[in-house]
Amino acid sequence: MDLLAPPEEPAYEFYLYVTGATPNSTRAVRNMKEICEQYVAGQYTLRVIDMYQQPELAQAAQIVAAPTLVRRRPLPQRRLVGDLSNRAAVLTLLGLAHPLPPTA
Amino acid sequence: MQEKQLPLAALPRLPKAPTGIEGLDEITEGGLPLGRPTLVCGSAGCGKTLMAIEFLVRGVEEFGEPGVLMTFEETADELADNVASLGFDLRQLQADKRLRLDHVHIDRSEIEEAGEYDLDGLFIRLGYAIDSIGAKRVVLDTVEALFSGFDNQAVLRSEIRRLFRWLKDKGVTTIITAERGEGTLTRQGLEEYVSDCVILLDNRVIDQITTRRLRIVKYRGSTHGTNEYPYLISEDGFSVLPVTSLKLEHAVSDEVISSGVPGLDEMFARRGWYRGSSVLLTGTAGTAKTTLAAAFALETCRRGERCLYFAFEESPAQLLRNMRSVGFDLQPYLDQGLLRIDSSRPTLNGLERHLVTLHRVVAEFKPQAVIIDPISNLISVGSISEVRSMLTRMIDFLKINNVTALFTALISNRNGQLEMAEEGVSSLVDTWISVRDLEGIGERNRGLSILKSRGMAHSNQVREFIMTGTGVHLLDVIIGPAGIITGAGRLTQRIQEEAQRVVQQHESDRRDRDLERKRRMLEATITNLRADFETVEDELRRISHEELTRGTALREGRTALTQGLSADYLASQPNTQL
Repeated sequence: MDLLAPPEEPAYEFYLYVTGATPNSTRAVRNMKEICEQYVAGQYTLRVIDMYQQPELAQAAQIVAAPTLVRRRPLPQRRLVGDLSNRAAVLTLLGLAHPLPPTA
Repeated sequence: MQEKQLPLAALPRLPKAPTGIEGLDEITEGGLPLGRPTLVCGSAGCGKTLMAIEFLVRGVEEFGEPGVLMTFEETADELADNVASLGFDLRQLQADKRLRLDHVHIDRSEIEEAGEYDLDGLFIRLGYAIDSIGAKRVVLDTVEALFSGFDNQAVLRSEIRRLFRWLKDKGVTTIITAERGEGTLTRQGLEEYVSDCVILLDNRVIDQITTRRLRIVKYRGSTHGTNEYPYLISEDGFSVLPVTSLKLEHAVSDEVISSGVPGLDEMFARRGWYRGSSVLLTGTAGTAKTTLAAAFALETCRRGERCLYFAFEESPAQLLRNMRSVGFDLQPYLDQGLLRIDSSRPTLNGLERHLVTLHRVVAEFKPQAVIIDPISNLISVGSISEVRSMLTRMIDFLKINNVTALFTALISNRNGQLEMAEEGVSSLVDTWISVRDLEGIGERNRGLSILKSRGMAHSNQVREFIMTGTGVHLLDVIIGPAGIITGAGRLTQRIQEEAQRVVQQHESDRRDRDLERKRRMLEATITNLRADFETVEDELRRISHEELTRGTALREGRTALTQGLSADYLASQPNTQL
């Protein structure tokens, strides 16, 4: 746990916008959870948003494709679309291939 | 409205959603396919977005159908500002929950692809927007922006296909705009196949003048106008001009109105032309076409009617000044609001805009007479066939409104009549007056003749006319040895006649003097004779008196003799000795 950061604001903040239990969405949720647990365990929050339930959030976040993963932190914000099954690409894009050292 | 015009109205027809856009509903015979997607494609700057927005706004305002505008390029604020000048208050409509704007922001640099995806996010947003206000109309402007945001073309194409299907299932009437591609209607070559109706907008520049054209490329399940129709984006929004009403069934007036030139009226059997007819005034340069037109304008105003004057060559001030020189004072009527002069360079606008301006001003000013001076200048704006079609529409429009129209046209000196015939205008007008130069040796005069006048007998003479400080005057016809005489010939004729008259006068004076002289001579002779006679008379009288005296003396002498002569008596009577 990063001591400089307050515990309620973890280093990684992910929002995953999905569309119910469609195959792509289910895969994306599963993949994301795996990645987080594996690379940034304890340093992240992951919110899964079902756009069917909360369409206004999809609009506010400018979501077009589903599923979409938004990395709010660390900045800059990044967006990934797809079911996140291309693990290597996801790690590179999210900057998790070389995760932040816990003490940084 | 259209249903009445269609003979097949009884057959079941594709339900349509009227757009409320001027002219478009007539071409599409009722509007866009109800509950189906329509593609509006065209190159940059031809008004796709505007047409789509007008479709939405009119839907809300005129047909009570709420709408959703999903824009991929401009933000909601930008759009609202852009269309505010057309009187569309998008913000108010949004506040009233009758319109919903959703700007879809797609930034290639922000989005990475990692695995399979679809565009459900878009569907959900759109569905949410539609459901939240119960929208019946949707506009997507421009879907192809998605292609710049995502790499996977296969997914995008299938998703867009699905989007069209989904919109149909939703039952919303949709307009999707798209940029025109090379050789295809859209860049992706996709939307036109999945749309039920495709409207192509075209913006072309010919001879530095932009004309905009609209064509319906396809319309599944319905007939439609197939031509290219000019359209305009004006202060009132989008308007399409269907070429002309095909039927000729406007009412006509039997009333005859004066041309404003008394002499010209005389040339018509009924002293003028019919109200609501169209009059063409052709002539070469400087043959007083404008003056004759102004005379008509003045006459119209003098009757207390409104006259609309389109001047394509002169500014109102110049026109007023010039007409004052021939004694036509238009200013009072201008002040009274009976006359309206609309001056503009023909090249200022495309033909369609001129036509729309005319429509608008006529609708607003409601004139009884319209003058267009000259129509030939419009040719500088478009090709002859375009001008002809525009004039057809213009004449048609004016006739339907029972507005008397006077057009002037400049023709070149050589075979001018042929030229106008090619333009086909002459066949459209009811009355054709030709003014031309009658060029003689060392001078030009103006001659006026009537080439045709539908429904009225007219003079066949070429009348010379002059412009004076008190207007236009037609001169009496003078027929010389070789036909009608004009100008100097007329003067020569007059001088000759005058000379002849003087000679005759002289002759007659001389004869009078001769007579007088003879009379005097006679009188003198008579006086002489009388004097002679008196002399003779005197002599005779004297002789007779002497004879009488002698007789008396003789008698007395005889008496004396008989009584006895005395010497002293004889001595006292010496004269009696004869």
